[in-house]
Amino acid sequence: MDIRALVTSADAWKAQIEKIKIKFDSSIEEIRLPGIYPTDVPIIYVKGNALTELLMFLKTDQILDYQFLSDLTATDEEVQPRFEVVYNLFSHSTKLRIRVKCRVSEGQEVRTATAIWPGANWAEREVWDMFGIRFAGHPSLRRLLMDERWEGHPLRKDYPLRGYQFFQTSQEVDTKNLE
Amino acid sequence: MAKDGAAGFLTTRLEAVVDWGRKNSLWPLPYGTSCCGIEMMATLCSDYDLARFGAEAVRFSPRQADMIIVAGIINAKMAPVLKTIYDQVSDPKWVVSMGACASSGGIFNVYSVTQGIDTIIPVDVYVPGCPPSPEGLINAVMRLQDMIAKGATRAQMRERGSIEQQSQLA
Ligand code: SF4
Repeated sequence: MDIRALVTSADAWKAQIEKIKIKFDSSIEEIRLPGIYPTDVPIIYVKGNALTELLMFLKTDQILDYQFLSDLTATDEEVQPRFEVVYNLFSHSTKLRIRVKCRVSEGQEVRTATAIWPGANWAEREVWDMFGIRFAGHPSLRRLLMDERWEGHPLRKDYPLRGYQFFQTSQEVDTKNLE
Repeated sequence: MAKDGAAGFLTTRLEAVVDWGRKNSLWPLPYGTSCCGIEMMATLCSDYDLARFGAEAVRFSPRQADMIIVAGIINAKMAPVLKTIYDQVSDPKWVVSMGACASSGGIFNVYSVTQGIDTIIPVDVYVPGCPPSPEGLINAVMRLQDMIAKGATRAQMRERGSIEQQSQLA
């Protein structure tokens, strides 16, 4: 990558972060910038109650313009609070990326992002499937990858690597979910 | 046939004729679930040409096939599907377990992958490799043909009653 592009994106990010800080200062826990922290894009740690608002702001603001949710996932950090829900955003107009994280403890719910990006639907189902994080307001929060009779959430650090669960019959199809 | 007309001799010969017919007209059901499936496709195509062994009529319906080639990872969610398809194939049926994943779970010794399809359905021939070369699959088909001619496949043994009718495995 062109080194000049890196410098300009660092400047652009700084200006953007200032803008975000003005609006969300009280709800931002921490901001990690590349260069200071081992990260490639700025990470904004936000409190759960302002998450939807911040995402909506990032998407709809004319200058920030992070219209595209390129990934939604989670990590199990094994500390308190246990999980981090991760939103990777990309802007088609400025060609910049940004990462929003929200710390949640076990059993705590996160507001769904499906109202902002309909494409968050399956990503949130996958996070629920793999980590057991519930999304409040999700239209149909079912397991995405594992069998619906599965017990536990396999990507949690305390799930045994070889915790096999085999079923004799296929999972039943719920006709409600058919189009 | 014996001089007194006893049919004992004829019966065994008839069996041999039927088995000869069966072994030269295998109808594969391609159960390709991952990378091994690509090698299976190569085997079926003109370069390696499984038609030379009478097994080119690939059927995607279990009712029209008699040889299941399981080529790829069978994960836990897929296992009941494979079992259902195996049950739907009419007897006599043959199963080729192609590749390390189908035979033993391969490199995926994790929560989501079946550790060998022989934990679900009976298998006749295993093909080692990751993926096996087309020659490997051809060898397996020829091996299966020999087994059919000898009546040594699981389906034929089931038919004769020399092994349990319903597999104990599943
Ligand atoms: S045995 Fe190797 S090539 Fe075959 S499905 Fe498994 S990983 Fe892929």
